Amino acid sequence: MPERAIYSIRRLGHATIDSVLRLGYAARFIMLTLLHSGTGFRRLHLTIRELYFTGVLSLIIILVSGLFVGMVLGFQGFQTLQTYGSESALGVLVALSLVRELGPVVAALLFASRAGSAMTAEIGLMKATEQLSAMEMMAVDPIARVVAPRFWAGFISMPLLAAMFSAMGVFGGYLVGVVLIGVDEGSFWSQMQSAVDFREDIVNGVIKSIVFGFAVTWIALFEGYDAPPTAEGVSGATTRTVVTSSLVVLGLDFVLTSFMFRGV
Amino acid sequence: MERSTLDLWVGLFVCAGIGALLILALKVGNMSGFNTADTYQVYAQFDNIGGLKPRAPVKSAGVVVGRVGEISFDDQKFMAKVTMTIDKRYKFPKDTTASILTSGLLGEQYVGFVAGGDSANLAQGEVIKLTQSAVVLENLISQFLYSKAAEGDAKK
Repeated sequence: MPERAIYSIRRLGHATIDSVLRLGYAARFIMLTLLHSGTGFRRLHLTIRELYFTGVLSLIIILVSGLFVGMVLGFQGFQTLQTYGSESALGVLVALSLVRELGPVVAALLFASRAGSAMTAEIGLMKATEQLSAMEMMAVDPIARVVAPRFWAGFISMPLLAAMFSAMGVFGGYLVGVVLIGVDEGSFWSQMQSAVDFREDIVNGVIKSIVFGFAVTWIALFEGYDAPPTAEGVSGATTRTVVTSSLVVLGLDFVLTSFMFRGV
Repeated sequence: MERSTLDLWVGLFVCAGIGALLILALKVGNMSGFNTADTYQVYAQFDNIGGLKPRAPVKSAGVVVGRVGEISFDDQKFMAKVTMTIDKRYKFPKDTTASILTSGLLGEQYVGFVAGGDSANLAQGEVIKLTQSAVVLENLISQFLYSKAAEGDAKK
């Protein structure tokens, strides 16, 4: 019996040490990436190439989801607001929920599953086929050549994608609310404009999306770089990227929201 | 892919992102509001501010002329002290009345200015002396009930 107890306690200890170790590796990894990001800017076409893959190719899913989220918000918001006879506040509801929460969060979740998983799989496979080791042999730093451009591409494209998601969502809400249902167009926009504050709502949303972009790209790149060099390892790392970054985005969102919007 | 096509796509992407931010700022957020540079502050004391919140609009004749800044409690007079930031373009006479009003039945509360006839205008840091408190629904109902009860007594 004490054997088993000692065994399970030892396993707990092992798991704790393991996760602390991984956290340390991840912190070292991001520091190295930031230190070596000079190359990514000096040879800008590397970063631009990655911007194309993470940013431009994510556009379709971001724009379409934004439009549909906005349209659904329009429908549901109208249903609820109609009960209180304040349909004209539909613009406020759609804009605030998109700019403050849904825009950054849903865009980050989509970004993690669209671009983050691709990054992890790519780098993991590069590691499995020993391309990274080959680069090191040729005195090319894989962090500077492969990781840093991807990091900056993710970091730059995430806020832009979130802004496009929100703008598209507001347009979707407008389509359903004003064009389809027939809420008064003037009050839709004017109430929205008087309720949405630039500093309080829009800038905070952008700050959120920057933080999410940093977190998601970091997780995706680290999981790829740290993946066991086997087919199984790469697939596990890709799954972990999506799961971990989604959880981190949701957790961070709660923390950021409680700091930004308390007492309002 | 050709590098120039790649550059073109990324350029378009960045432009679209910045465009979306601009749309959010201008069309949704109405950034063309007030800058702190061209405003002046006036104070007013109210017996009861009801549900007035910071950043609520200050309106005169229905036009937004400023915003409510800080709201604090004056423990000398036991009144609420409301700081209001008014756009410099709008001048108000010294005997302006500030009252707390509600837009619609359940809407948000705002400060309404009704101009008086004084020839001197309110300047930075001055206090509005004529104020009218928010209407508290509970007080209205109890007044109504008392008057009903009084009517009942009179009929007897």
